[in-house]
Amino acid sequence: MENNNILVRDLCKQFDGFLLDHVSFQVPKGRIVGFIGENGAGKSTTINLILDELKRDNGQVQIFGMENTISSVREEIGVVFDECNFHDVFNTADIERILSGVYKSWDGSLYRHYLKKFKIPEKKQIGSFSKGTKMKLSIICAMAHKPKLLILDEATTGLDPVVRDEILDLFLEFIQDEECSIFFSSHITSDIQKIADYVILIHQGKIIFEEQKDDLVYNFGIIRCGREKFASISPDDYIIHRITNVSVECLVRDKEAVKRKYKDDVVVDNASLEDIMLFYIKGGAV
Amino acid sequence: MEIIISNSSDKPIYEQICMQIKNLIMNGTLSAGEALPSMRALARDLHISVITVQRAYEDLTRDGFIETVSGKGSFVAAQNREFIREEQLRAAEELLQKAAEIGRTHGISYEQMANILKLFYEE
Repeated sequence: MENNNILVRDLCKQFDGFLLDHVSFQVPKGRIVGFIGENGAGKSTTINLILDELKRDNGQVQIFGMENTISSVREEIGVVFDECNFHDVFNTADIERILSGVYKSWDGSLYRHYLKKFKIPEKKQIGSFSKGTKMKLSIICAMAHKPKLLILDEATTGLDPVVRDEILDLFLEFIQDEECSIFFSSHITSDIQKIADYVILIHQGKIIFEEQKDDLVYNFGIIRCGREKFASISPDDYIIHRITNVSVECLVRDKEAVKRKYKDDVVVDNASLEDIMLFYIKGGAV
Repeated sequence: MEIIISNSSDKPIYEQICMQIKNLIMNGTLSAGEALPSMRALARDLHISVITVQRAYEDLTRDGFIETVSGKGSFVAAQNREFIREEQLRAAEELLQKAAEIGRTHGISYEQMANILKLFYEE
């Protein structure tokens, strides 16, 4: 039994001045996986390689446990990019007429159920929609042909918090079926912190970590202390440190262990996903 | 069923869910055999990840509060509430005894100790 909807192994792609370097990760069934990293880190490149929109130099991509079969499983994948590609003069009924011809598994009643639930105006032209409403429509369209896998590239970027929250609703609705999974890239870490089961960080074309989100949020922490104290902290106890003018900060993997070991001599803070990402990306840069 | 989670609490969300469901079972709001919401539905309603709910349900199963039947969902386990309460009381007694020993050997007065306990209760 294959338990991953996506499995990527040693994926490589060389561009002028950019290398996607042996990227490996998985997207298990029934899970939401957040893919984070700064702009230009390789998120979109990875997604385009998975979808075979780009030719890979090396490596392996399995979707639903099968290799090199992207064309035969297209029906079962919903894809959303950061822009709405529907023509401005269409309304939601036009979209349905078109897409129900494209997808054999198009479910019209599901589509109209989502339109109602997420308050998409049904008579108006899409050109008059706000950016958030267009994005919701794109996601609904990606879901209405009942795919098993949803892949989204920066779909929540540039949207206001209310719409982003509604989109998270759509995501959680989607994985009510435990065969389904979502792989979404974003640099808005708060969205990922809320609903992702796993988080993958990519930086300069390399995967930095692939972790369960709860482990990141509940176990990782930040030590803050003076330089003198820092000298007494064993390098085995932290992952990365950062020296500022007034203090030293270290990212640690197990904040409770550090609290026990160094007692009250250091401040140990919780680390948000954003803190963790910044530590890894900015690294020990002084 | 009502579950209220706090995002600013130091307690992990799975622990908050676990404690609240235990509470609901112990005070009789949820009775034996009653179905709990599915993990996925609860994740959706609380706007949190499925793994977080899964972890809470796993802890509840381990502690004997719920039973999970594959394909059917999770149910409040048939159990003796009195029995659980007694078990817990015994566990608390043990810890209090330890506290009393520390207090006696280091000259902490009973009043001081009782005040600490009171403080924890009100937390």
